[in-house]
Amino acid sequence: MAITTPTTVRSHPAHPVSIQGVGRTFPARDRKGAGTQVLADVDLEVGAGEIVALIGASGCGKSTLLRQVCGLDTPTAGRILIDGSPVNGTDERCAVAFQEPRLLPWRTLAQNVSLGLPRGTDRGAGRQRVHELLELVGLGACTHYRPRQVSGGMAQRASLARALARNPGVLLLDEPFGALDALTRLRMQDLLLDVHAAEPATVLLVTHDVDEALYLADRVVLLGRPSGAEPHAPSGVQTVVTVPGSRPRDRGDAELAHLRAGLLDGLGVPTHHQTTT
Amino acid sequence: MSTPARTGAPGAVDAGSATGGDSARNDRPHALAGSRPRRTLPAPRWGRLALALVVPVTLLSAWHLATAVTGVFAPHQLPAPASVWQAAVELATWDRGPNLWTHVQISTQRVLLGFTLGAALGLAVGAVVGLSRLGDALLSGTFGAVRAVPSLGWVPLLVLWMGINEDSKVTLIAIGAFFPVYTTVASALRHVDKHLVEAGRAYGLRGTSLLVRVQLPAATPAVVSGLRLALAQSWLFLVAAELIASSMGLGFLLIDSQSNGRVDRILLALVVLAVLGKLTDALLGMAERRLLRRF
Repeated sequence: MAITTPTTVRSHPAHPVSIQGVGRTFPARDRKGAGTQVLADVDLEVGAGEIVALIGASGCGKSTLLRQVCGLDTPTAGRILIDGSPVNGTDERCAVAFQEPRLLPWRTLAQNVSLGLPRGTDRGAGRQRVHELLELVGLGACTHYRPRQVSGGMAQRASLARALARNPGVLLLDEPFGALDALTRLRMQDLLLDVHAAEPATVLLVTHDVDEALYLADRVVLLGRPSGAEPHAPSGVQTVVTVPGSRPRDRGDAELAHLRAGLLDGLGVPTHHQTTT
Repeated sequence: MSTPARTGAPGAVDAGSATGGDSARNDRPHALAGSRPRRTLPAPRWGRLALALVVPVTLLSAWHLATAVTGVFAPHQLPAPASVWQAAVELATWDRGPNLWTHVQISTQRVLLGFTLGAALGLAVGAVVGLSRLGDALLSGTFGAVRAVPSLGWVPLLVLWMGINEDSKVTLIAIGAFFPVYTTVASALRHVDKHLVEAGRAYGLRGTSLLVRVQLPAATPAVVSGLRLALAQSWLFLVAAELIASSMGLGFLLIDSQSNGRVDRILLALVVLAVLGKLTDALLGMAERRLLRRF
Protein backbone atom coordinates (compact mmCIF):
# COMPACT_ATOMS: atom_id res chain seq x y z
CA MET A 1 0.00 0.00 0.00
CA ALA A 2 1.34 3.36 -0.96
CA ILE A 3 1.49 5.65 2.01
CA THR A 4 1.88 9.32 1.32
CA THR A 5 2.81 11.67 4.06
CA PRO A 6 0.62 14.73 4.29
CA THR A 7 2.22 18.11 3.95
CA THR A 8 -0.68 20.51 3.63
CA VAL A 9 -2.54 19.83 6.87
CA ARG A 10 -1.43 21.06 10.26
CA SER A 11 0.07 18.15 12.13
CA HIS A 12 1.13 17.48 15.68
CA PRO A 13 4.42 15.66 16.27
CA ALA A 14 4.19 12.75 18.67
CA HIS A 15 3.84 14.16 22.19
CA PRO A 16 5.01 12.63 25.46
CA VAL A 17 2.25 12.07 28.01
CA SER A 18 2.83 12.42 31.71
CA ILE A 19 0.26 11.07 34.16
CA GLN A 20 1.07 12.29 37.67
CA GLY A 21 -0.65 11.00 40.80
CA VAL A 22 -4.01 10.80 39.06
CA GLY A 23 -7.09 9.74 41.01
CA ARG A 24 -10.78 9.69 40.20
CA THR A 25 -13.67 9.50 42.60
CA PHE A 26 -17.16 9.29 41.18
CA PRO A 27 -19.80 11.04 43.29
CA ALA A 28 -22.30 8.90 45.17
CA ARG A 29 -25.68 8.21 43.64
CA ASP A 30 -27.56 9.47 46.68
CA ARG A 31 -26.67 11.98 49.33
CA LYS A 32 -25.87 9.49 52.08
CA GLY A 33 -23.53 7.13 50.27
CA ALA A 34 -19.84 7.72 49.89
CA GLY A 35 -18.35 8.26 46.45
CA THR A 36 -16.65 5.43 44.60
CA GLN A 37 -12.95 5.86 44.16
CA VAL A 38 -11.91 4.14 40.96
CA LEU A 39 -8.33 5.32 40.45
CA ALA A 40 -5.71 6.44 42.93
CA ASP A 41 -2.13 7.60 42.55
CA VAL A 42 -1.63 6.57 38.96
CA ASP A 43 1.78 7.57 37.72
CA LEU A 44 2.85 6.84 34.17
CA GLU A 45 5.30 8.43 31.79
CA VAL A 46 4.74 7.68 28.11
CA GLY A 47 7.48 8.69 25.72
CA ALA A 48 6.80 10.44 22.40
CA GLY A 49 5.93 7.88 19.75
CA GLU A 50 5.67 5.03 22.19
CA ILE A 51 2.84 2.49 22.12
CA VAL A 52 1.58 1.69 25.61
CA ALA A 53 -1.16 -0.83 26.28
CA LEU A 54 -3.35 -0.54 29.38
CA ILE A 55 -4.83 -3.80 30.54
CA GLY A 56 -6.89 -4.65 33.57
CA ALA A 57 -10.05 -6.35 34.74
CA SER A 58 -13.27 -4.68 33.65
CA GLY A 59 -14.27 -1.80 35.87
CA CYS A 60 -10.69 -1.10 36.93
CA GLY A 61 -10.75 2.40 35.47
CA LYS A 62 -8.60 1.96 32.39
CA SER A 63 -11.15 3.58 30.10
CA THR A 64 -11.60 6.38 32.63
CA LEU A 65 -7.86 7.03 32.56
CA LEU A 66 -7.92 7.13 28.77
CA ARG A 67 -10.86 9.54 28.73
CA GLN A 68 -8.97 11.77 31.14
CA VAL A 69 -6.00 12.02 28.80
CA CYS A 70 -8.21 13.48 26.07
CA GLY A 71 -10.21 15.67 28.43
CA LEU A 72 -13.56 13.87 28.20
CA ASP A 73 -13.23 13.28 31.94
CA THR A 74 -11.34 15.23 34.60
CA PRO A 75 -9.22 13.67 37.34
CA THR A 76 -10.26 14.48 40.90
CA ALA A 77 -6.62 14.29 42.00
CA GLY A 78 -3.28 14.70 40.29
CA ARG A 79 -2.74 16.01 36.79
CA ILE A 80 -2.07 14.95 33.24
CA LEU A 81 0.42 16.73 31.00
CA ILE A 82 0.72 16.38 27.27
CA ASP A 83 4.03 17.68 25.99
CA GLY A 84 4.49 19.50 29.28
CA SER A 85 1.21 21.41 29.30
CA PRO A 86 -1.85 20.30 31.26
CA VAL A 87 -4.95 18.86 29.63
CA ASN A 88 -7.86 21.29 29.94
CA GLY A 89 -11.16 20.36 28.33
CA THR A 90 -11.22 18.22 25.20
CA ASP A 91 -7.72 18.49 23.89
CA GLU A 92 -7.12 18.98 20.19
CA ARG A 93 -3.72 17.30 20.38
CA CYS A 94 -5.51 14.00 21.06
CA ALA A 95 -7.78 11.83 18.98
CA VAL A 96 -9.91 8.96 20.25
CA ALA A 97 -11.24 5.82 18.65
CA PHE A 98 -13.90 4.13 20.76
CA GLN A 99 -14.90 0.52 21.14
CA GLU A 100 -17.89 1.18 18.89
CA PRO A 101 -17.25 3.05 15.63
CA ARG A 102 -19.58 5.91 16.70
CA LEU A 103 -19.90 7.21 13.16
CA LEU A 104 -22.68 9.68 12.42
CA PRO A 105 -25.21 7.56 10.51
CA TRP A 106 -26.41 10.37 8.26
CA ARG A 107 -22.94 11.14 6.94
CA THR A 108 -20.94 9.20 4.39
CA LEU A 109 -17.70 7.58 5.51
CA ALA A 110 -15.73 10.42 3.90
CA GLN A 111 -17.85 13.04 5.68
CA ASN A 112 -17.42 11.17 8.94
CA VAL A 113 -13.66 11.11 8.57
CA SER A 114 -13.66 14.82 7.77
CA LEU A 115 -15.22 15.45 11.19
CA GLY A 116 -11.81 14.60 12.60
CA LEU A 117 -9.93 17.22 10.60
CA PRO A 118 -8.42 19.95 12.77
CA ARG A 119 -10.43 23.16 12.83
CA GLY A 120 -9.47 25.63 10.15
CA THR A 121 -8.23 23.02 7.69
CA ASP A 122 -8.27 24.25 4.12
CA ARG A 123 -11.13 22.63 2.17
CA GLY A 124 -9.17 21.14 -0.69
CA ALA A 125 -6.38 19.97 1.55
CA GLY A 126 -8.93 18.45 3.91
CA ARG A 127 -10.65 16.54 1.14
CA GLN A 128 -7.34 15.18 -0.09
CA ARG A 129 -6.33 14.19 3.43
CA VAL A 130 -9.61 12.34 3.99
CA HIS A 131 -9.09 10.49 0.75
CA GLU A 132 -5.53 9.54 1.71
CA LEU A 133 -6.66 8.25 5.08
CA LEU A 134 -9.49 6.18 3.66
CA GLU A 135 -6.97 4.68 1.24
CA LEU A 136 -4.64 4.03 4.15
CA VAL A 137 -7.26 2.01 6.01
CA GLY A 138 -8.30 0.21 2.83
CA LEU A 139 -11.62 1.99 2.30
CA GLY A 140 -10.66 3.97 -0.79
CA ALA A 141 -13.52 2.45 -2.78
CA CYS A 142 -16.16 3.05 -0.12
CA THR A 143 -15.95 6.78 0.59
CA HIS A 144 -19.56 7.44 -0.39
CA TYR A 145 -21.20 4.69 1.63
CA ARG A 146 -23.02 5.37 4.84
CA PRO A 147 -21.98 3.61 8.05
CA ARG A 148 -25.10 1.42 7.97
CA GLN A 149 -24.11 0.06 4.57
CA VAL A 150 -20.73 -1.33 5.60
CA SER A 151 -19.61 -4.09 7.94
CA GLY A 152 -18.49 -3.58 11.53
CA GLY A 153 -14.83 -3.95 10.65
CA MET A 154 -15.09 -1.40 7.88
CA ALA A 155 -16.89 1.06 10.16
CA GLN A 156 -14.18 0.56 12.76
CA ARG A 157 -11.51 1.31 10.17
CA ALA A 158 -13.38 4.49 9.22
CA SER A 159 -13.41 5.40 12.90
CA LEU A 160 -9.64 4.91 13.03
CA ALA A 161 -9.27 7.09 9.93
CA ARG A 162 -11.34 9.79 11.62
CA ALA A 163 -9.00 9.72 14.61
CA LEU A 164 -5.97 9.94 12.31
CA ALA A 165 -7.51 12.87 10.43
CA ARG A 166 -6.82 14.94 13.51
CA ASN A 167 -3.09 14.38 12.99
CA PRO A 168 -2.96 13.70 16.69
CA GLY A 169 0.11 13.93 18.83
CA VAL A 170 -1.53 11.35 21.07
CA LEU A 171 -3.75 8.63 19.69
CA LEU A 172 -6.11 7.09 22.25
CA LEU A 173 -7.69 3.76 21.46
CA ASP A 174 -10.37 2.45 23.81
CA GLU A 175 -10.67 -1.27 23.03
CA PRO A 176 -10.90 -0.37 19.37
CA PHE A 177 -10.93 -3.94 18.10
CA GLY A 178 -12.87 -5.50 20.97
CA ALA A 179 -16.14 -5.89 19.10
CA LEU A 180 -14.63 -7.39 15.96
CA ASP A 181 -14.39 -11.02 14.97
CA ALA A 182 -11.05 -12.72 15.62
CA LEU A 183 -9.71 -12.59 12.06
CA THR A 184 -10.64 -8.98 11.47
CA ARG A 185 -9.06 -8.12 14.78
CA LEU A 186 -5.72 -9.57 13.71
CA ARG A 187 -5.85 -7.64 10.45
CA MET A 188 -6.72 -4.43 12.25
CA GLN A 189 -3.76 -4.88 14.57
CA ASP A 190 -1.41 -5.07 11.61
CA LEU A 191 -3.16 -2.08 10.08
CA LEU A 192 -2.56 -0.11 13.26
CA LEU A 193 1.14 -0.95 13.12
CA ASP A 194 1.29 0.14 9.46
CA VAL A 195 -0.40 3.39 10.37
CA HIS A 196 1.93 3.93 13.30
CA ALA A 197 4.94 3.36 11.07
CA ALA A 198 3.58 5.83 8.49
CA GLU A 199 2.42 8.49 10.95
CA PRO A 200 4.06 7.98 14.30
CA ALA A 201 2.02 9.23 17.22
CA THR A 202 2.10 8.37 20.88
CA VAL A 203 -0.46 5.59 21.28
CA LEU A 204 -2.34 4.69 24.43
CA LEU A 205 -4.34 1.53 23.89
CA VAL A 206 -6.88 0.10 26.30
CA THR A 207 -7.52 -3.57 25.71
CA HIS A 208 -8.88 -6.70 27.34
CA ASP A 209 -6.73 -8.86 25.15
CA VAL A 210 -3.31 -9.70 26.60
CA ASP A 211 -2.10 -11.11 23.27
CA GLU A 212 -3.08 -7.91 21.51
CA ALA A 213 -1.24 -5.85 24.11
CA LEU A 214 1.93 -7.93 23.74
CA TYR A 215 1.75 -7.90 19.97
CA LEU A 216 1.32 -4.15 19.60
CA ALA A 217 2.84 -2.37 22.54
CA ASP A 218 6.31 -1.29 23.62
CA ARG A 219 5.15 -1.52 27.19
CA VAL A 220 2.16 -3.14 28.82
CA VAL A 221 0.72 -1.52 31.94
CA LEU A 222 -1.39 -3.66 34.23
CA LEU A 223 -3.96 -1.59 36.12
CA GLY A 224 -5.68 -3.08 39.13
CA ARG A 225 -6.07 -3.27 42.87
CA PRO A 226 -3.06 -4.20 44.96
CA SER A 227 -3.18 -7.88 45.91
CA GLY A 228 -4.88 -8.38 49.24
CA ALA A 229 -6.76 -5.09 49.00
CA GLU A 230 -10.45 -4.71 49.73
CA PRO A 231 -12.79 -5.47 46.84
CA HIS A 232 -13.70 -1.81 46.34
CA ALA A 233 -10.24 -0.34 46.71
CA PRO A 234 -9.14 2.01 43.91
CA SER A 235 -6.91 0.77 41.11
CA GLY A 236 -3.38 1.80 40.42
CA VAL A 237 -0.49 0.70 38.24
CA GLN A 238 0.40 -2.85 39.32
CA THR A 239 3.01 -3.93 36.82
CA VAL A 240 4.73 -2.41 33.84
CA VAL A 241 6.10 -4.95 31.40
CA THR A 242 8.53 -3.91 28.70
CA VAL A 243 7.88 -6.13 25.72
CA PRO A 244 11.10 -7.45 24.21
CA GLY A 245 11.94 -7.50 20.52
CA SER A 246 10.86 -5.12 17.76
CA ARG A 247 7.68 -5.09 15.71
CA PRO A 248 6.32 -6.93 13.80
CA ARG A 249 6.51 -9.59 16.47
CA ASP A 250 5.99 -13.28 16.11
CA ARG A 251 2.56 -13.98 17.55
CA GLY A 252 3.73 -17.41 18.72
CA ASP A 253 6.96 -16.32 20.37
CA ALA A 254 7.82 -18.38 23.46
CA GLU A 255 9.10 -15.43 25.45
CA LEU A 256 5.86 -13.57 24.80
CA ALA A 257 3.94 -16.64 25.92
CA HIS A 258 5.80 -16.47 29.18
CA LEU A 259 5.01 -12.77 29.64
CA ARG A 260 1.42 -13.50 28.74
CA ALA A 261 1.15 -16.05 31.50
CA GLY A 262 2.55 -13.52 33.97
CA LEU A 263 0.08 -10.81 32.92
CA LEU A 264 -2.90 -13.16 32.97
CA ASP A 265 -1.83 -14.21 36.42
CA GLY A 266 -1.85 -10.54 37.40
CA LEU A 267 -5.40 -10.29 36.02
CA GLY A 268 -6.39 -13.19 38.25
CA VAL A 269 -6.72 -15.78 35.50
CA PRO A 270 -4.79 -19.01 36.03
CA THR A 271 -3.08 -20.07 32.80
CA HIS A 272 -1.65 -23.51 33.67
CA HIS A 273 1.48 -22.31 31.87
CA GLN A 274 4.58 -24.47 32.30
CA THR A 275 8.01 -23.07 31.60
CA THR A 276 10.16 -25.52 29.67
CA THR A 277 13.70 -25.17 30.92
CA MET B 1 -19.02 -11.38 -3.21
CA SER B 2 -19.38 -9.88 -6.64
CA THR B 3 -23.02 -9.07 -6.02
CA PRO B 4 -24.05 -7.43 -2.78
CA ALA B 5 -25.71 -9.86 -0.42
CA ARG B 6 -29.47 -9.46 -0.21
CA THR B 7 -29.82 -9.49 3.53
CA GLY B 8 -26.84 -7.51 4.67
CA ALA B 9 -26.61 -9.40 7.93
CA PRO B 10 -24.12 -7.91 10.37
CA GLY B 11 -22.38 -11.24 10.53
CA ALA B 12 -21.20 -11.04 6.96
CA VAL B 13 -17.50 -11.60 6.66
CA ASP B 14 -15.48 -8.45 6.44
CA ALA B 15 -12.46 -8.97 4.33
CA GLY B 16 -10.35 -6.38 6.05
CA SER B 17 -7.17 -5.42 4.31
CA ALA B 18 -4.24 -5.09 6.58
CA THR B 19 -1.81 -4.87 3.75
CA GLY B 20 -4.20 -3.76 1.04
CA GLY B 21 -3.79 -4.88 -2.52
CA ASP B 22 -4.87 -8.47 -2.79
CA SER B 23 -7.77 -8.37 -0.38
CA ALA B 24 -8.95 -4.84 -1.05
CA ARG B 25 -11.16 -6.14 -3.83
CA ASN B 26 -13.31 -7.96 -1.33
CA ASP B 27 -14.21 -4.83 0.54
CA ARG B 28 -17.52 -4.36 -1.17
CA PRO B 29 -20.24 -3.09 1.10
CA HIS B 30 -22.74 -5.85 1.39
CA ALA B 31 -25.85 -4.20 2.70
CA LEU B 32 -26.89 -2.04 -0.22
CA ALA B 33 -29.90 -4.13 -1.05
CA GLY B 34 -30.79 -4.57 2.58
CA SER B 35 -31.01 -0.85 3.17
CA ARG B 36 -34.41 -0.67 1.49
CA PRO B 37 -36.69 -2.86 3.52
CA ARG B 38 -39.87 -1.19 2.22
CA ARG B 39 -39.95 -3.35 -0.87
CA THR B 40 -42.14 -6.02 0.60
CA LEU B 41 -44.97 -5.53 -1.89
CA PRO B 42 -43.81 -6.73 -5.29
CA ALA B 43 -46.08 -4.29 -7.12
CA PRO B 44 -44.61 -0.98 -8.28
CA ARG B 45 -46.12 2.40 -7.42
CA TRP B 46 -49.26 2.10 -9.58
CA GLY B 47 -50.11 -1.28 -8.17
CA ARG B 48 -49.90 0.14 -4.67
CA LEU B 49 -52.17 3.01 -5.63
CA ALA B 50 -54.69 0.58 -7.06
CA LEU B 51 -54.64 -1.41 -3.83
CA ALA B 52 -55.14 1.75 -1.78
CA LEU B 53 -58.19 2.62 -3.88
CA VAL B 54 -59.96 -0.71 -3.30
CA VAL B 55 -61.60 0.28 -0.02
CA PRO B 56 -62.76 3.80 -1.04
CA VAL B 57 -64.27 2.50 -4.28
CA THR B 58 -66.06 -0.30 -2.42
CA LEU B 59 -67.44 2.17 0.13
CA LEU B 60 -68.62 4.50 -2.62
CA SER B 61 -70.40 1.64 -4.41
CA ALA B 62 -72.07 0.52 -1.19
CA TRP B 63 -73.19 4.09 -0.54
CA HIS B 64 -74.61 4.35 -4.03
CA LEU B 65 -76.40 1.01 -3.64
CA ALA B 66 -77.89 1.91 -0.28
CA THR B 67 -79.25 5.27 -1.42
CA ALA B 68 -79.91 5.69 -5.13
CA VAL B 69 -80.53 2.04 -6.06
CA THR B 70 -82.31 0.36 -3.16
CA GLY B 71 -83.41 3.43 -1.20
CA VAL B 72 -82.64 1.96 2.24
CA PHE B 73 -81.86 5.50 3.44
CA ALA B 74 -84.10 8.46 2.75
CA PRO B 75 -82.39 11.39 0.98
CA HIS B 76 -82.77 13.64 4.04
CA GLN B 77 -80.84 11.10 6.10
CA LEU B 78 -78.17 10.09 3.65
CA PRO B 79 -78.20 11.63 0.19
CA ALA B 80 -76.80 9.67 -2.74
CA PRO B 81 -73.21 10.25 -3.94
CA ALA B 82 -74.61 11.88 -7.06
CA SER B 83 -76.46 14.53 -5.06
CA VAL B 84 -73.32 15.27 -3.03
CA TRP B 85 -71.53 15.78 -6.32
CA GLN B 86 -74.36 18.07 -7.44
CA ALA B 87 -74.03 20.01 -4.22
CA ALA B 88 -70.32 20.37 -4.94
CA VAL B 89 -70.96 21.70 -8.44
CA GLU B 90 -73.66 24.03 -7.14
CA LEU B 91 -71.45 25.37 -4.34
CA ALA B 92 -68.44 25.74 -6.59
CA THR B 93 -70.38 28.13 -8.80
CA TRP B 94 -72.32 29.79 -5.95
CA ASP B 95 -72.62 33.55 -6.32
CA ARG B 96 -74.84 34.48 -3.36
CA GLY B 97 -72.13 34.27 -0.74
CA PRO B 98 -68.84 32.50 -0.21
CA ASN B 99 -68.47 29.57 -2.59
CA LEU B 100 -66.66 26.28 -2.16
CA TRP B 101 -63.30 27.66 -3.27
CA THR B 102 -63.50 30.51 -0.79
CA HIS B 103 -64.20 28.03 2.00
CA VAL B 104 -61.28 25.82 0.98
CA GLN B 105 -58.95 28.74 0.51
CA ILE B 106 -59.63 30.41 3.83
CA SER B 107 -59.45 27.13 5.74
CA THR B 108 -56.17 26.14 4.11
CA GLN B 109 -54.74 29.57 4.81
CA ARG B 110 -55.69 29.33 8.49
CA VAL B 111 -54.19 25.87 8.80
CA LEU B 112 -50.92 26.81 7.11
CA LEU B 113 -50.51 29.99 9.15
CA GLY B 114 -51.37 28.33 12.45
CA PHE B 115 -49.26 25.28 11.70
CA THR B 116 -46.19 27.31 10.75
CA LEU B 117 -46.49 29.49 13.82
CA GLY B 118 -47.13 26.62 16.23
CA ALA B 119 -44.48 24.35 14.72
CA ALA B 120 -41.81 27.07 14.84
CA LEU B 121 -42.57 27.81 18.48
CA GLY B 122 -42.69 24.09 19.24
CA LEU B 123 -39.26 23.61 17.70
CA ALA B 124 -37.78 26.48 19.69
CA VAL B 125 -39.27 25.57 23.07
CA GLY B 126 -38.70 21.86 22.47
CA ALA B 127 -35.03 22.52 21.76
CA VAL B 128 -34.64 24.53 24.98
CA VAL B 129 -36.35 21.86 27.09
CA GLY B 130 -34.60 18.97 25.36
CA LEU B 131 -31.10 20.39 25.49
CA SER B 132 -30.80 22.29 28.73
CA ARG B 133 -31.41 20.82 32.12
CA LEU B 134 -32.35 24.25 33.41
CA GLY B 135 -34.87 24.69 30.60
CA ASP B 136 -36.32 21.28 31.36
CA ALA B 137 -36.68 22.02 35.07
CA LEU B 138 -38.13 25.48 34.42
CA LEU B 139 -40.54 24.78 31.60
CA SER B 140 -41.55 21.14 31.20
CA GLY B 141 -43.93 21.12 34.16
CA THR B 142 -45.76 24.24 33.05
CA PHE B 143 -46.06 23.18 29.44
CA GLY B 144 -47.25 19.76 30.54
CA ALA B 145 -50.07 21.41 32.47
CA VAL B 146 -50.98 23.78 29.63
CA ARG B 147 -51.01 20.81 27.30
CA ALA B 148 -53.57 19.10 29.51
CA VAL B 149 -56.15 21.82 28.75
CA PRO B 150 -58.62 20.41 26.19
CA SER B 151 -58.47 22.33 22.93
CA LEU B 152 -61.99 23.73 23.09
CA GLY B 153 -61.27 25.12 26.53
CA TRP B 154 -59.23 27.86 24.90
CA VAL B 155 -62.04 29.11 22.68
CA PRO B 156 -63.92 31.40 25.12
CA LEU B 157 -60.72 33.05 26.25
CA LEU B 158 -59.38 33.56 22.73
CA VAL B 159 -62.69 34.97 21.54
CA LEU B 160 -62.85 37.38 24.47
CA TRP B 161 -59.28 38.53 24.06
CA MET B 162 -58.96 38.61 20.32
CA GLY B 163 -62.52 38.73 19.09
CA ILE B 164 -64.13 36.65 16.37
CA ASN B 165 -61.53 37.16 13.69
CA GLU B 166 -58.60 35.49 12.02
CA ASP B 167 -56.23 36.01 14.96
CA SER B 168 -58.20 33.93 17.39
CA LYS B 169 -58.59 31.07 14.89
CA VAL B 170 -54.95 31.05 13.84
CA THR B 171 -53.91 31.16 17.50
CA LEU B 172 -56.09 28.18 18.35
CA ILE B 173 -54.60 26.20 15.45
CA ALA B 174 -51.09 27.25 16.51
CA ILE B 175 -51.80 25.89 19.99
CA GLY B 176 -52.88 22.64 18.38
CA ALA B 177 -49.73 22.43 16.24
CA PHE B 178 -47.39 23.48 19.03
CA PHE B 179 -47.72 20.51 21.36
CA PRO B 180 -46.94 17.57 19.06
CA VAL B 181 -43.83 19.36 17.82
CA TYR B 182 -42.77 20.49 21.28
CA THR B 183 -43.15 17.02 22.78
CA THR B 184 -41.35 15.11 20.03
CA VAL B 185 -38.51 17.61 19.68
CA ALA B 186 -37.86 17.79 23.41
CA SER B 187 -37.85 14.03 23.84
CA ALA B 188 -35.82 13.36 20.68
CA LEU B 189 -33.12 15.83 21.69
CA ARG B 190 -33.06 14.46 25.21
CA HIS B 191 -32.51 10.95 23.89
CA VAL B 192 -29.84 11.53 21.26
CA ASP B 193 -27.33 8.68 21.49
CA LYS B 194 -24.93 9.72 24.26
CA HIS B 195 -22.09 7.93 22.51
CA LEU B 196 -22.47 10.07 19.41
CA VAL B 197 -22.58 13.24 21.47
CA GLU B 198 -19.44 12.19 23.30
CA ALA B 199 -17.70 11.39 20.02
CA GLY B 200 -18.68 14.86 18.79
CA ARG B 201 -17.23 16.41 21.94
CA ALA B 202 -14.04 14.38 21.58
CA TYR B 203 -13.62 15.94 18.13
CA GLY B 204 -13.90 19.45 19.45
CA LEU B 205 -17.60 20.16 18.85
CA ARG B 206 -19.46 22.05 21.54
CA GLY B 207 -22.46 24.33 21.92
CA THR B 208 -23.95 25.37 18.60
CA SER B 209 -21.62 23.30 16.45
CA LEU B 210 -22.51 20.19 18.45
CA LEU B 211 -26.22 21.02 18.09
CA VAL B 212 -26.02 21.60 14.35
CA ARG B 213 -23.71 18.73 13.47
CA VAL B 214 -24.80 15.99 15.85
CA GLN B 215 -27.89 16.62 17.95
CA LEU B 216 -30.28 18.12 15.40
CA PRO B 217 -29.51 15.60 12.63
CA ALA B 218 -29.87 12.76 15.10
CA ALA B 219 -33.28 14.08 16.13
CA THR B 220 -34.49 14.75 12.58
CA PRO B 221 -36.60 11.61 12.07
CA ALA B 222 -38.52 12.23 15.28
CA VAL B 223 -38.94 15.91 14.48
CA VAL B 224 -40.42 15.16 11.08
CA SER B 225 -42.95 12.72 12.48
CA GLY B 226 -43.83 15.35 15.09
CA LEU B 227 -44.50 17.81 12.28
CA ARG B 228 -46.84 15.37 10.58
CA LEU B 229 -48.75 14.84 13.80
CA ALA B 230 -48.93 18.61 14.23
CA LEU B 231 -50.37 19.07 10.77
CA ALA B 232 -53.13 16.56 11.43
CA GLN B 233 -53.84 18.30 14.73
CA SER B 234 -54.00 21.66 12.90
CA TRP B 235 -56.91 20.47 10.75
CA LEU B 236 -58.63 19.21 13.86
CA PHE B 237 -58.32 22.56 15.59
CA LEU B 238 -59.36 24.38 12.43
CA VAL B 239 -62.74 22.73 12.43
CA ALA B 240 -63.10 23.38 16.15
CA ALA B 241 -62.37 27.06 15.57
CA GLU B 242 -64.66 27.42 12.61
CA LEU B 243 -67.54 25.49 14.12
CA ILE B 244 -67.80 28.00 16.91
CA ALA B 245 -67.42 31.37 15.35
CA SER B 246 -66.89 32.05 11.67
CA SER B 247 -68.55 33.25 8.50
CA MET B 248 -66.36 31.33 6.06
CA GLY B 249 -64.39 28.11 5.91
CA LEU B 250 -65.15 24.41 5.88
CA GLY B 251 -66.12 24.35 9.56
CA PHE B 252 -68.59 27.16 8.88
CA LEU B 253 -69.93 25.18 5.93
CA LEU B 254 -70.53 22.25 8.29
CA ILE B 255 -72.42 24.23 10.95
CA ASP B 256 -74.30 26.30 8.37
CA SER B 257 -75.44 23.18 6.52
CA GLN B 258 -76.50 21.62 9.79
CA SER B 259 -78.87 24.51 10.52
CA ASN B 260 -80.22 24.37 6.95
CA GLY B 261 -80.57 20.59 6.99
CA ARG B 262 -78.28 20.22 3.95
CA VAL B 263 -76.84 16.77 4.63
CA ASP B 264 -75.37 16.70 1.12
CA ARG B 265 -73.25 19.75 1.93
CA ILE B 266 -72.19 18.28 5.26
CA LEU B 267 -70.95 15.18 3.47
CA LEU B 268 -69.26 17.38 0.89
CA ALA B 269 -67.42 19.34 3.59
CA LEU B 270 -66.29 16.10 5.25
CA VAL B 271 -64.98 14.70 1.97
CA VAL B 272 -63.13 17.93 1.20
CA LEU B 273 -61.59 17.92 4.69
CA ALA B 274 -60.47 14.33 4.22
CA VAL B 275 -58.93 15.08 0.84
CA LEU B 276 -57.18 18.25 2.03
CA GLY B 277 -55.84 16.56 5.17
CA LYS B 278 -54.56 13.61 3.21
CA LEU B 279 -53.04 15.85 0.55
CA THR B 280 -51.10 18.05 2.96
CA ASP B 281 -49.95 14.99 4.90
CA ALA B 282 -48.79 13.34 1.68
CA LEU B 283 -46.79 16.45 0.81
CA LEU B 284 -45.08 16.35 4.19
CA GLY B 285 -44.60 12.61 3.77
CA MET B 286 -42.81 13.18 0.48
CA ALA B 287 -40.54 15.74 2.10
CA GLU B 288 -39.93 13.28 4.92
CA ARG B 289 -38.91 10.46 2.58
CA ARG B 290 -36.58 12.75 0.72
CA LEU B 291 -35.04 13.97 3.95
CA LEU B 292 -34.75 10.58 5.59
CA ARG B 293 -33.24 8.78 2.64
CA ARG B 294 -29.94 9.40 4.37
CA PHE B 295 -30.88 7.87 7.69
